[in-house]
Amino acid sequence: MADTVNGTAPEAQDAVPEFPMPRQSRCPFDPPSALKDLQEQGPLTKVRLWDGSEPWLVTRYAEQRAILGDPRVSADTDRPGYPTKASPEAGEGKLSFIMMDDPEHARLRRMVTAPFAVKKVEALRPAVQRIVDGLIDDILAAPGPVDLVDVFALPIPSLVICELLGVPYEEHDFFQEHTKTMVRTTATPEERGAASREVAGYLAGLLGRRIAEPKDDLLSSIAGRIAAGELTHQQATEMALLLLIAGHETTANMIALGTLALLEHPDQLALLRESDDPKLVASAVEELLRYLHITHLGRRRAVTEDIEIGDQVIKAGEGVIMVNEIGNRDPEVFPDPDRLDITRDARRHVAFGFGVHQCLGQPLARMELQVVYGTLYKRIPTLKLACALEDVRFKTDAFIYGVHELPVTW
Amino acid sequence: MKVELEAEKCVASGQCVLAAMDVFDQDDDGIAILLDEQPAAEHLDGVREAVAICPAAAIRLVDQ
Repeated sequence: MADTVNGTAPEAQDAVPEFPMPRQSRCPFDPPSALKDLQEQGPLTKVRLWDGSEPWLVTRYAEQRAILGDPRVSADTDRPGYPTKASPEAGEGKLSFIMMDDPEHARLRRMVTAPFAVKKVEALRPAVQRIVDGLIDDILAAPGPVDLVDVFALPIPSLVICELLGVPYEEHDFFQEHTKTMVRTTATPEERGAASREVAGYLAGLLGRRIAEPKDDLLSSIAGRIAAGELTHQQATEMALLLLIAGHETTANMIALGTLALLEHPDQLALLRESDDPKLVASAVEELLRYLHITHLGRRRAVTEDIEIGDQVIKAGEGVIMVNEIGNRDPEVFPDPDRLDITRDARRHVAFGFGVHQCLGQPLARMELQVVYGTLYKRIPTLKLACALEDVRFKTDAFIYGVHELPVTW
Repeated sequence: MKVELEAEKCVASGQCVLAAMDVFDQDDDGIAILLDEQPAAEHLDGVREAVAICPAAAIRLVDQ
C-alpha cells in the first residue's frame, strides 16, 4: 500500500477503500474487519469498485433499511450510477423483476408470489422432510467421508425448486454447473453470459411445451401469462431463470456453511441437537441467516433523487451499496453481534434484504433450513469435519458466500 | 390499538404471517390480509414485530 513507501503519506489516511474487502482468513464466518471499522466510523463511506466508480457504502442497519425501503432508489442496473458487481456482457439478459422498479417490478413479482405464501410452503414441509430423510439414509448407507455440498446441501433446494417449477430434476447437473458459473465473480462476462443463455434456452423450450400442455406447476402458470399476453416469451424465460437459480446456491450455501458454523460452535450445535422445540430450530435458522449472511457483496441501488442521510446528501446519479452482512452485525440492533447465539431473537436481520425487493422465496428457504437443521444433526449426532478447517475452501470468489466442498464423516 | 394494513404496498414476503398468525393471513397470491383489526393484547407483541419486519412498511399499529 501507499503508506509503506514513505511511512506517513497523508493521502493513505483519506484513501477511498476498495470494495469488496478481503476477509480475514482465520475468521471465515465474520465479515471483513475493515467493514467493522467503517461501521464504527459512521453509516456512510465512499468505496472504490472494480471499475473505478465510487459509490456509497452503507454500513449500519437503520440506514440500510431506510435506503432499501426508499422509493428514490432504483434496482435497474442500467441506471446511471448503479454499482455493478462485475462487467456485464453486452446484451446479457436481465434477471427479471429483481432488476426492475415499480410498478413493472410489482406487476411481474405478483405473478409468482402465490406458491411462496407461508401456508402453501408449510404444506410442502412433509415432502421436504422426506427428501431430507432420504438423502440422510443414503449418506449413512455409504462409508464416509462424503462431500456434504454434493450429496446433501445442493440436492435439497434443487429438488424442491425443480418440483415447484416443474423442471425435470434429471437435468440438475446441467443447470447446477451453469448456475455455478453465473455466480462466480472470476468467470469472464462471456462465460457468465454463455452459461445464462444455455439455461435460459432450456427454460424457454420448457415454457413452450407448457403452453401446449399445461401441468400443475409454476412453469405452466408462467406459460399461461404468455398465452394471455401478459408476458413476452423473453420476460417469462427471465422469470423462470430467476426462480430456478435464486433458490439454488443460496439455500445450498446456508445448509453447508451453516453446518460448518455449528460444527465450529459445538455448544450451539448441542443445544439444537438436543432440543425438540420447533421454535428453537426456527430461531437457529434466523440466527444463522443473520450471522452468516451469505449474500456478501451487498444490495445495490442507483439513487434517482437526492437522499439525505444525517448531514450527508447522496445525490441523484450516485450508487449505494447496502452491505447487509455488516448491518446484521450492528451492535445497536444485535447485542454482542459477533457471537453465534441460536437462542437470540434475530428475526429483524436483513439477510433477505429489505424493501420491495426483499427475497420472494424466503418462506421456502426458511422451511427448508428448518427441516435440515432440525433433522441432520439428530440423525447423525457424530457428524464432524473430515479435514482441517484451514483446508476448507471458502467461496470468496462467488457472489454468494459459502464453501466449495464440505468433507464430513461421522 | 388498531392495526392498519395497506395491501397495495404488500410484497408478499409472508413476514407478518410468521410474526402474528392470528392477525394476518395471505390471499391466493400471497398478499397480506388482516384477520383481526383490533387484536387482543396477547397478540400485540406479534403485531409489533410484524410492523418492524414488514419490508414494505405496509403495517401500522395505531392508538384509537
